[in-house]
Amino acid sequence: MNATRTAAAGLTTGWLIAVAAQAGAQPAKPERFGLGRPATEAEIAVLDIDVGPDGAGLPIGQGRAGDGAPVWAQACAVCHGAAGEGGTAGPVVGRGQDRPTVGSYWPYATTLWDYINRAMPRNRPGTLTAHEVYGLVAWILAANEIIGEADVMDAETLPAVLMPARDQFVPDDRRGGPEVR
Amino acid sequence: MSKNSPPTSRLSRRELIAGTLGAVAAAPLAAQQQAVETTRRPGRGPNELDQRSPFVTPRRDPSPTSSRTPLQDLQGTITPADLHFERHHGGVPEIDPDRYELLVHGMVDRPTVFTLADLKRFPAVSRICFLECSGNLRRGSAETLPQMVCGLTSQTEWTGVMLSTVLNEVGAHRGATWFLAEGQDAAVMTRSVPIDKAYDDAMIVYAQNGDALMPGNGYPARLLLPGWEGNASVKWLRRIELSDRSFMTREETSRYSEPVGEEGQIRQFSFVMDARSIITEPAYPTTLEPGWHEIRGLAWSGRGLITRVEVSVDGGANWDGAELQAPVLPKAHARFRHPWHWEGGTAEIMSRATDETGYVQPSWEALRTARGPRTRYHQNPVTSWTVGDDGRVLFGVERLRS
Repeated sequence: MNATRTAAAGLTTGWLIAVAAQAGAQPAKPERFGLGRPATEAEIAVLDIDVGPDGAGLPIGQGRAGDGAPVWAQACAVCHGAAGEGGTAGPVVGRGQDRPTVGSYWPYATTLWDYINRAMPRNRPGTLTAHEVYGLVAWILAANEIIGEADVMDAETLPAVLMPARDQFVPDDRRGGPEVR
Repeated sequence: MSKNSPPTSRLSRRELIAGTLGAVAAAPLAAQQQAVETTRRPGRGPNELDQRSPFVTPRRDPSPTSSRTPLQDLQGTITPADLHFERHHGGVPEIDPDRYELLVHGMVDRPTVFTLADLKRFPAVSRICFLECSGNLRRGSAETLPQMVCGLTSQTEWTGVMLSTVLNEVGAHRGATWFLAEGQDAAVMTRSVPIDKAYDDAMIVYAQNGDALMPGNGYPARLLLPGWEGNASVKWLRRIELSDRSFMTREETSRYSEPVGEEGQIRQFSFVMDARSIITEPAYPTTLEPGWHEIRGLAWSGRGLITRVEVSVDGGANWDGAELQAPVLPKAHARFRHPWHWEGGTAEIMSRATDETGYVQPSWEALRTARGPRTRYHQNPVTSWTVGDDGRVLFGVERLRS
């Protein structure tokens, strides 16, 4: 039995037309399934830690290179070297092309803040305060001679830092087909 | 001899015969002995969880950051879940599914939290596809296993919900062009993904080969971006945020990007895995005996279907079409096979994949010419195995010299 044939037999009430539409090849799908629950502002705030290249998400706080120096010595130097020259982890200071560093390869200073805040130091990630992260970012940028020792990094100044590698980044141009790129 | 004779008396007779006929006869007699012995006592009963035979011991090869699938030990196209490669950036978190939630927010009408049960109530989809790390080539030494050459690729039947279904549920804004995927591991791993992928074939998956995800592969739920570099399929997914710009995370700027050309350009957001193949048999450390062999391997493309795999046994001078095992699926490992009679003498066996876009897997030289000397990721060159006069098979390191 199918509704289409019934409709073709001449019974063209609105009810039957609706049945015929439902009996098509696709089963009915609701507009929404009504799953999940609304997220509160408070729970979003706990997890929403990302910092964008425009500075969106940067918290209140500030730091100079001098503020970051003791944090670097205490939390970072063991893996990255006392001067950021690298150790068991990669270097963060320098302009050489062979070993990518913040000075030679990172396009956005905000990414430093985001990454240190979320994932460093490796043995106790997520434990640094906002001030400590600003200080570390300032120390790394100053060590790479991108900012001065006295420059204050905060939610306003950090997104404005122009990184040496910024203009080197290009979108992927591979498109399949016979050409190797 | 009576059927009920104790095994010991049969054994001594066998041993006597074996001693008489010498070493050549010993092997078949050992097989016959075992074939009878296993019938002389009941085997183990049904159990809760089967295990591999104690004689079968495939192993991943772990390093501090990854473990590699033993491609040389596997047949067909599906990777057993416990042999799927692992790559993670902050270790494997232990997540209680009852306290797991996924937050979807940003440019949406209804910021929403989904439990694992919520995700499983959505219409489910299963898909077989490969997942490959974009840093999947080791050039190494001649004594290199397939696992070490490119064991950071595996294949799974994944099950989950289409990401587009979830985005529809939360009322994704039309103006959203990217989404951030964030994991709840110690690296709080993040990648920005173009929203088009969400409406194409991205999924949130919770099952791997029919079972729950393995912890190393994102339990209880991960993003799956078929055909794209593995790290973007963020594991232990805790948050998706829709935006009108990319987030420029560390894993898409200073990592998983690659210098190209001579002018210091750095290629970014290079998601798609280009077509590739590898011969998994014969390979190091095999020693061949003269006679018929079947050359076997895997071929795959992140752009769709593999349409052709060619095999050469003379270092690329001549190529023959290999047989592709049906069904060949898009963005999936395809198994190819090719019969080969090795009559002794040196040989170099190679495979070369072509996908439905017409892309042909390049040589190392072609790849280096196109990208320059500092290319780091997405290295998919034709690789080879050399066969010596003595039948010894070694990795063709000369093919990958700079």
